[in-house]
Amino acid sequence: MLNTIKQVFHSPKFVVGFAIFVAILLTMIIYPLFCPGNPLEQIGVGTFAAPGTYVSLYDATKSPTETLRLPDAADNRIEASLSKEDRVEMVEWFGAMGISVEGLDIEDTDAMVDLWNANYDPSVRPAGMTSAKINYYKRLDNSIKELNASDTVIIADYDEEGNLVTTKTIADTDYVNTKEIANVKTLPLGTDNFGRDVLKELVSATGTSIKIGLIAGIVATVIGLTLGLLAGYLGGITDDIIMFVTNIFTVIPSFVLLILITYSLGQEQRGAAVVAIVIGFTSWTWTARSVRSQVISLRNRDHVNLSKLSGHSLVRIVLLDILPYIASYVVMAFILQVSSGILAEAQLSLLGLGPKTTQVPTLGLMMNWAMLYSAHTNGSWWAYFPVILVITLISFSLNLMNTGLDQVFNPTLRD
Amino acid sequence: MSENENTRKNIDFAEKPLCLSGRGVTKVFGLGDKKTVAVDHVDFDFHEGEFVSIVGESGSGKTTLSKMLLGLLNQSEGQILFQGKPRDISSGHKKKEYWKGIQAIFQDPFSSFNTFQKVDAVLLDCINMRGGKGLSKQEKFDMMTEACNFVNLKFAELTNKYPFELSGGQMQRLMIARIFLLKPKILLADEPTSMVDACSRATILDMLLNLRDETGMTVIFITHDIGLAYYISDTIYIMEHGKFVEYGKADEVILEPKAPYTKRLISDVPKIHEEWDLSTVDLLNSN
Repeated sequence: MLNTIKQVFHSPKFVVGFAIFVAILLTMIIYPLFCPGNPLEQIGVGTFAAPGTYVSLYDATKSPTETLRLPDAADNRIEASLSKEDRVEMVEWFGAMGISVEGLDIEDTDAMVDLWNANYDPSVRPAGMTSAKINYYKRLDNSIKELNASDTVIIADYDEEGNLVTTKTIADTDYVNTKEIANVKTLPLGTDNFGRDVLKELVSATGTSIKIGLIAGIVATVIGLTLGLLAGYLGGITDDIIMFVTNIFTVIPSFVLLILITYSLGQEQRGAAVVAIVIGFTSWTWTARSVRSQVISLRNRDHVNLSKLSGHSLVRIVLLDILPYIASYVVMAFILQVSSGILAEAQLSLLGLGPKTTQVPTLGLMMNWAMLYSAHTNGSWWAYFPVILVITLISFSLNLMNTGLDQVFNPTLRD
Repeated sequence: MSENENTRKNIDFAEKPLCLSGRGVTKVFGLGDKKTVAVDHVDFDFHEGEFVSIVGESGSGKTTLSKMLLGLLNQSEGQILFQGKPRDISSGHKKKEYWKGIQAIFQDPFSSFNTFQKVDAVLLDCINMRGGKGLSKQEKFDMMTEACNFVNLKFAELTNKYPFELSGGQMQRLMIARIFLLKPKILLADEPTSMVDACSRATILDMLLNLRDETGMTVIFITHDIGLAYYISDTIYIMEHGKFVEYGKADEVILEPKAPYTKRLISDVPKIHEEWDLSTVDLLNSN
């Protein structure tokens, strides 16, 4: 037994798969310790805030400032506020005015702004240009001029008589140390459509999905193993009945069955555990069939006959003389069942038939929400891409472990 | 060996009490067109202390018959009598009782052991089956040591080992040690020597004969090797296509074969065996 385990941990494939899976598990356990709180708490009001560090503007204006004269501050400011669309429009203006733009780099803010300042004339009305467009160029020109002039931002407040009074001016050289700001929030993966922290949600969802996979795997393996052992060992009419049922379950596509069962359960009945059990209940046939065929080849082995002659009970023979011989096989089947359980949950949830949405996030539900709120069309990759990555990693690691085990237990497969 | 030959000649087993007998025992597999009659209405009488060989080629129904005798298969027709009474193995409990009286050694020692259990567990099982559950550790240890000594194995070297750490010959001897502990009335040995080397074969046969002499058990020896059967048996049954075509005392069957199948089996024995057999025949004739 110990040797087998040693051998298993010498298989590079198993070790890599195991390391990835353990890393995911550890993240699941450790992350909530550092960032506690409800993963479904809606911290944002808008939808899909991009990943990044969010600084409270309110707190920042009230924080003590330092004056820093950074040489490239103005350039950075122009660069950040000139959007790509603006730059394209600027090139269009140059074209309309007949100015050569050869060798002009659209990313080179300095060159763009210089060329603009040298050539823009608000009184010129290029032929065929709508007045809306002409006004747009005027606004663009103003904002470029504004950025060039080192202006101040004024913070005003109402006094007792209701007049606006300047309380503070913020110069373009004023800086605030982020440590001085009372509220800074880093959202590594932004927020989702409900304004929830995606990372926190993802960690919690991974945990739930692995639990669903485990429950589904255990249910499928227990049902498949029990039926397979009984059918294989007892044979005869028991075998016929069990195989009849198994064949019926095999020919009905399990995913259709899964959809029908979850749909008929109704939204309110579908907790994560219920969905897991339903998944397990529709995916045991493969285990049952393969366990049965293994047991049939084992039941006529001499050691089983000898065990019978020693007067051992059926339960003891099955548990001690047959089960150990197929244990490695069952473990491998279990790992695959866990992996396919996680995928089945993701598929179901994507169709809106997953666990009810108010209690726990699952990987499938996160994808479902992202899809419903068009994250994929509005460019909010952070709402679905990390989820896909995690599902892939879990599946990949489990399948890698399975292949590693297969190579250990089935020496003909070793490379 | 000559001592055994003498024993074989002098005892008339027909006078001994019946141990296991069968009347019209039949086993049919399948139905309709696919029906195969593996064992076809065979009658037999095995007596106490008799060393019986059942000889036949592959597919003649030897192993099916042995499984029926052991109660691992139910016969389709006929009756098997254990110690003169029809045997009853209708319930698990009754089977358990029956198996205290009949035990087996199988062909392949490598598949006879559960590779996940240590050697000690196999022997302890036998002690427990003989009602030795309450014995002290030391007593059990002594019994296991004695059994291993009987088959020229050292228990101290075997304890805590797994079966796959032993050689084929050692495993098969351990199987005999198991029988030594169980002391059944009947031992059914299904080609116990076909998977071990020639050297171990002689040792194992010798041990089987000793076991018979010491405990007075009936040994049913199943083999395809008629030379080997003649070498050790008191009585030989020749089986062809599920039927006994000839049976009787070993000398009668081998030296004066009547059935053509028996004659063919004897002529099929390889040269090296022939010489060995002839020398035995000469030895017998001179006696």
